[in-house]
Amino acid sequence: MHVSLRIQRFDPDRDTASHWVEYGLDVDPMARVLDLLHQVKWEQDSSLAFRRSCGHGICGSDAMMINGRNRLACKIRVDQLGRKISVAPLPGLPVVKDLVVDMDGFFAKYRSVHPFLVNDDPPPAQERRQSQAQRAVFDDTTKCILCGACTSSCPSFWARPGYVGPAAIVNAHRFIFDSRDQGGEERLQILADRDGVWRCRTIFNCVDACPRGINITRAILEVSAAIVEKSA
Amino acid sequence: MEAAPVIHEFEAVIVGAGGAGLYAALELARDGVQTAVLTKLYPTRSHTGAAQGGICAALGNQEEDHWEWHMFDTVKGGDYLVDQDAAEILAREAIETVIELEHLGLPFNRTADGRIDQRRFGGHTRNFGEAPVRRACYAADRTGHMILQTLYQQCIKHDVRFFDEYHVVDLLVEDGVSRGVVAYRLADSSLHVFRSKAVLLATGGFGRMFRITSNAHTLTGDGVALAYRRGIPLQDMEFYQFHPTGLAGLGVLLSEAARGEGGILLNGKGERFMERYAPTLMDLAPRDVVSRAIYQEIRAGRGVDGKDYVYLDVHHLGRAVIDEKLPDITDFARIYQGVEPYTQPVGIQPTAHYAMGGIPTDVHSRVVVDERNTVLPGLYAAGECACVSVHGANRLGTNSLLDILVFGRRAGLDMARFAREADIPDLPSDPVGPVATELEALRSRREGESPAKIRRELADVMMDDVSVFRTADTLRHAQGVVDGLRERYRWVRVRDGGAHFNQDLLEAREVGYQLDVAQVTVAAALARQESRGAHYREDFPERDDASWLKHSLACRVDGAPELRYKPVTITRFTPKPRTY
Ligand SMILES: Cc1cc2nc3c(=O)[nH]c(=O)nc-3n(C[C@H](O)[C@H](O)[C@H](O)COP(=O)(O)OP(=O)(O)OC[C@H]3O[C@@H](n4cnc5c(N)ncnc54)[C@H](O)[C@@H]3O)c2cc1C
Ligand code: FES
Repeated sequence: MHVSLRIQRFDPDRDTASHWVEYGLDVDPMARVLDLLHQVKWEQDSSLAFRRSCGHGICGSDAMMINGRNRLACKIRVDQLGRKISVAPLPGLPVVKDLVVDMDGFFAKYRSVHPFLVNDDPPPAQERRQSQAQRAVFDDTTKCILCGACTSSCPSFWARPGYVGPAAIVNAHRFIFDSRDQGGEERLQILADRDGVWRCRTIFNCVDACPRGINITRAILEVSAAIVEKSA
Repeated sequence: MEAAPVIHEFEAVIVGAGGAGLYAALELARDGVQTAVLTKLYPTRSHTGAAQGGICAALGNQEEDHWEWHMFDTVKGGDYLVDQDAAEILAREAIETVIELEHLGLPFNRTADGRIDQRRFGGHTRNFGEAPVRRACYAADRTGHMILQTLYQQCIKHDVRFFDEYHVVDLLVEDGVSRGVVAYRLADSSLHVFRSKAVLLATGGFGRMFRITSNAHTLTGDGVALAYRRGIPLQDMEFYQFHPTGLAGLGVLLSEAARGEGGILLNGKGERFMERYAPTLMDLAPRDVVSRAIYQEIRAGRGVDGKDYVYLDVHHLGRAVIDEKLPDITDFARIYQGVEPYTQPVGIQPTAHYAMGGIPTDVHSRVVVDERNTVLPGLYAAGECACVSVHGANRLGTNSLLDILVFGRRAGLDMARFAREADIPDLPSDPVGPVATELEALRSRREGESPAKIRRELADVMMDDVSVFRTADTLRHAQGVVDGLRERYRWVRVRDGGAHFNQDLLEAREVGYQLDVAQVTVAAALARQESRGAHYREDFPERDDASWLKHSLACRVDGAPELRYKPVTITRFTPKPRTY
């Protein structure tokens, strides 16, 4: 089928502002947007810049705004979008070139919530025990691939770029609710800050955007509840 | 690129931030060694994150198991081309490695009593081949994702210094000593020299030289090709694994865990054909055996509707098991094929998956450069780009995640020792000169062909002529095509002349690596006149231990691969016929 693909382009060596370029393509309805981008890059204009690696939704490289919603280009098919497809970089993040955004700020926020297991007890000779029920509590938030789709879809983040954002909270949740972890107190303190969980207005954009289907709003609410419980 | 290069100095430099690179980095950081990790992708984008099914260790949490059984399975699975001293280390250290991963925070699935859960996987057996055993430790079907995340998290905790989106474009090796690397920074095209006592190559595999593959677009054999260009031989390159169950047409992997949990393969007539090829292990026979069986069914006209694929069926496992243990891979079937695995079988075909061969190393992950295993001081390799060799002619599922961690960690430990003992080496007089000239030639050419076209033709010929079945004729044909592509590659043109995020330039360079790796693969496959593991020659269908129980080493002589051989280390298990 024939589709019109509009791509928001920006070349820092030449352009002062970004602009739309339209490409006409003949494609299979089962093709993914990533296939379309490759078709442009490999057959029409190899200077088109976008990140991608795994090609099947697990590395988190190719989150971008597709027909107005943040998604992974490798996980959305043409037949789900129709004949007119528009692709722009993730909103709210500085554009480096074409669809490539600067993710350093995003990763700095991730780092700020101590996203690692804290446990200073000497480890046993065997594994630490954890029941299936204990593990189930944080299973959902272990799925995060740090693609940035959620944080950059969040109006609270657009309004206040200092907001730590849903992705960082999801990763804090993954440890706060891990029965083996001892760093929860500190993380809760970090997230109780002005730019922490209270910025969330439960708008649910993040849940819509998450390509891993994580129930982000629930995770944020669970973290907020833990903060309240701790200060009570 | 006229600007002077930026010079950095570290005690240790790691190229690659997959499981192998990160484990080495963590070990070095814990030891206080000043370390830099250079990676062309953000660390969490590395393809280790795509690994699904599990990592094996004879923990015996579900049933009796022993590291000797694991070692035996590894040796037999590799069709006796495995170096048994290395396989013994792998099977023994598996246990402490998996336990340490748990201590580092990895959220493994658990047994009812809270221990690490284990499941079955192809070729892993009880009591030297009797029946499948539960040896694979896992976190749903995203084990690799959890390993990559956990190690990256620990590296953050230990303040490891990352250079993200730094593309390594040359190795500095002079007078037989490793001196560092040269990297190209994507953000601004600047060239950076990293002078270092110890360098680890952990750049992963190279499946993208085949048309149908489970590998990421970025797996282009960079480290392997750079080592080869610097005079290091490549070992056992004729052995490339095709995984039986890639999504038909696409190659996206559906883990063996699907069969480990009870999924079965069916041909177009609805027959469970593996009964005929491997009566004992059936669908859980090793990958080379299953991939060949699928091709044979297809050739006999028993593919689905006579086409080039068969079915993987998991519907009988029920929704609960599918959702809890195989959520991601069943989603792939829904998204990419529009098929519902709760009720429908999924079309699959063998997909290029894993490189058994690579940069030769000893069991301390030190790169060795000849038949006598002479060490190149300061240079290390670990992970899929390396060849220790623990996988021989065919890797067992779950043994790669294990290999990257066991030997990634060993690399880190030995690099720390080396960094304490060695002085910082001098740099060559013009460290960036050669690579800067090559890059500039690519960038400034005004006329020429697109590298993407060459890459596509390469992937086609490798798939058609150098995959599951090979003959002298197909390999000679491939050799001619690859030589032609190499000639055309000398005149390719890059369109992007800009200084920011010039992926166009780097992708063109990657095609050059793929052509080198393909050339070596074809030459080694043509030379080996027997069938062993993943290397199946229809014109030489039997294994021939008398002539071929030896590792190949492809050396670059006058720009072309020349084959030499070295013996296999055999300790406990003498070669026997391999049946399942
Ligand atoms: C879909 C899939 C599923 C798998 N499932 C399993 C499984 O269940 N169990 C199992 O044991 N094995 C599995 N494997 C195999 C296993 O995952 C890989 O072999 C292993 O993860 C490779 O790890 P690595 O650290 O060597 O490389 P990778 O994780 O591929 O990392 C390579 C790194 O090198 C960097 N790099 C590459 N070139 C350059 C350069 N020029 N400059 C700078 N950096 C560079 C990249 O940025 C990246 O960080 C699977 C493989 C695939 C493809
Ligand atoms: S390319 Fe990896 S998530 Fe899309």
